[in-house]
Amino acid sequence: MYKYVLNRLLALIPVILVTSFLIYWAMSLTEGDPALMIAGDNATQEQIDQIRHELGLDQPFLIQYLNYMKGMLVGDMGTSYVTNKEVFSTFMHYLPNTLILGGSAVIVATIVSIPLGIYTAIHQNTWKDTAGMVFALFGTSMPNFWLGLMLIIAFALHLRMFPTGGLRGWSSLVLPSITVGFGLAALITRITRSSMLDVLRQDYMTTARAKGCSRDRVIYRHALKNALIPIMTAIGLQMSLVITGSVLAETVFSWPGIGRLVFESITLRDTPMVTGSIILCSILMCLINLAVDLAYAFCDPRIKAQYSKKG
Amino acid sequence: MSQEIWHRLIKNKGAVIGMTFLALLVIAAVVSPFIFDYEKDVINQNLAIKLQAPSAQHWFGTDEYGRDLFARVMYGSRYSIAISVGSVGFGLIVGTILGSIAGFYGGYWDSIIMRGVDIFYSIPNILKAVVIVSMLGTSTFNLIIALAVSCATNYARIVRASVMTIRDLEYVESSYAMGLPTWKIILKHILPNCLSPIIVQTTLLIGTTIIAASSLSFLGIGVPAPAPEWGALLSGGRSYIRIASHICIIPGLAIMFTVLALNLLGDGLRDALDPKLKK
Repeated sequence: MYKYVLNRLLALIPVILVTSFLIYWAMSLTEGDPALMIAGDNATQEQIDQIRHELGLDQPFLIQYLNYMKGMLVGDMGTSYVTNKEVFSTFMHYLPNTLILGGSAVIVATIVSIPLGIYTAIHQNTWKDTAGMVFALFGTSMPNFWLGLMLIIAFALHLRMFPTGGLRGWSSLVLPSITVGFGLAALITRITRSSMLDVLRQDYMTTARAKGCSRDRVIYRHALKNALIPIMTAIGLQMSLVITGSVLAETVFSWPGIGRLVFESITLRDTPMVTGSIILCSILMCLINLAVDLAYAFCDPRIKAQYSKKG
Repeated sequence: MSQEIWHRLIKNKGAVIGMTFLALLVIAAVVSPFIFDYEKDVINQNLAIKLQAPSAQHWFGTDEYGRDLFARVMYGSRYSIAISVGSVGFGLIVGTILGSIAGFYGGYWDSIIMRGVDIFYSIPNILKAVVIVSMLGTSTFNLIIALAVSCATNYARIVRASVMTIRDLEYVESSYAMGLPTWKIILKHILPNCLSPIIVQTTLLIGTTIIAASSLSFLGIGVPAPAPEWGALLSGGRSYIRIASHICIIPGLAIMFTVLALNLLGDGLRDALDPKLKK
């Protein structure tokens, strides 16, 4: 199994190489000159040229990129043009906030959606099922930044239960995590329902009931465990949705996370910050996918055997 | 065959609701230039009547510059439809070509194309779009290109999987034996049989793209002002959320109901096209 993990980690190398090249190239084509931005409006041409030379911006694109990658090999992801701080440490400074937001969104989504998915599957074709599915349909159709604004109007401005934004204790986490988690909850509800329906129709469910297992035991011990794999796949695949949701929720709620960091760096044309942050985001996504794949092994011994064979 | 699918589709209440809403939306988009004058009614500022709540005179109220929100939301549907259909269409063409090549030829082609697709997949969609828009500059066309990249990777995966299951079937082999060129086999015999997942994906992707386009406009890098794109309307209203929340609520409802209609239609189409559900 450890060989499987090693292979997956090695597969990250081409991802890093291609992503870094593409982002670096894209940023080199964006409008505006970083040297001009750093120097300010009153700078002379000489000062601007000096800054351009110091940053290596007067060199051809390929040389700039190779220099950047040379630095990355020794763990140096460069320094921000705007703040003059190290890219890696700035990213790591903001990462916990995004992980807290994303993590709590996933927790909120899971707590709501898995019981709701099971409930709608058990009550298939009744009004309870329809109500659950309508909730799921609205959840997948709602832009989450709009939901965030609606939550601010209702719970922050009118009811004054939570702050409108910023990072001020647990109460400031409630509205952003509902904002990011709502769409995810809707998706997981749909997948849990269909996955549970598939499993509940299997012969071994009838066998378990015939052997005298209670209805609840059959649902929670036999059916849910077997229905979990597609649900976990969905959660894993939707991590991109969580990061996308975080960028918008961080903007709506002025949350100091990596989404806002990357977005602001792009608008300020801070190439090292953008390239470094997006590479680190891609690595993070690949690691989350790997963690999801490994989690399958704990749910299903057949998959564990496959990994061992592959490894 | 298509008649049978249509009959199954119109038996689905959700799909009918979705189709009706979408038909009304398309009508609104087509007739809005005849009802409203773009210069006078949609973008002309009238600060004397700014931030007014919905009334008989202004059904959806007015925005921060005194512009009629009903006219702007109606006109905005043109942007949402054009951007989403444009980017999904562009993504469909590129993704289908890439997916067909990868699925049909396999081997190196498959490895190269699909690793590329995987790498694009590993960058969150919104960051990808933000980078592309910054690279190309802010305009409606560039927004379509930025969103099309994500659509293309989606189609490439779906088409590849479908082509791989079909390419080894006997009727494809017999087409070879008849001496048909490869491109003709892919175009005439393989792709028409992959249509079901492509159609379902298209309806769902149009919805996702409407949300993505409005998200980018909300962040300020979508359709340039003063165009009344729904996300841009929301973004403009954000500063007045305390005193005129209708500017935020109404465009959001427009986005939500449009995507809801597309999702209802997508679900209906999936059921109608699924041979397992045929009675």
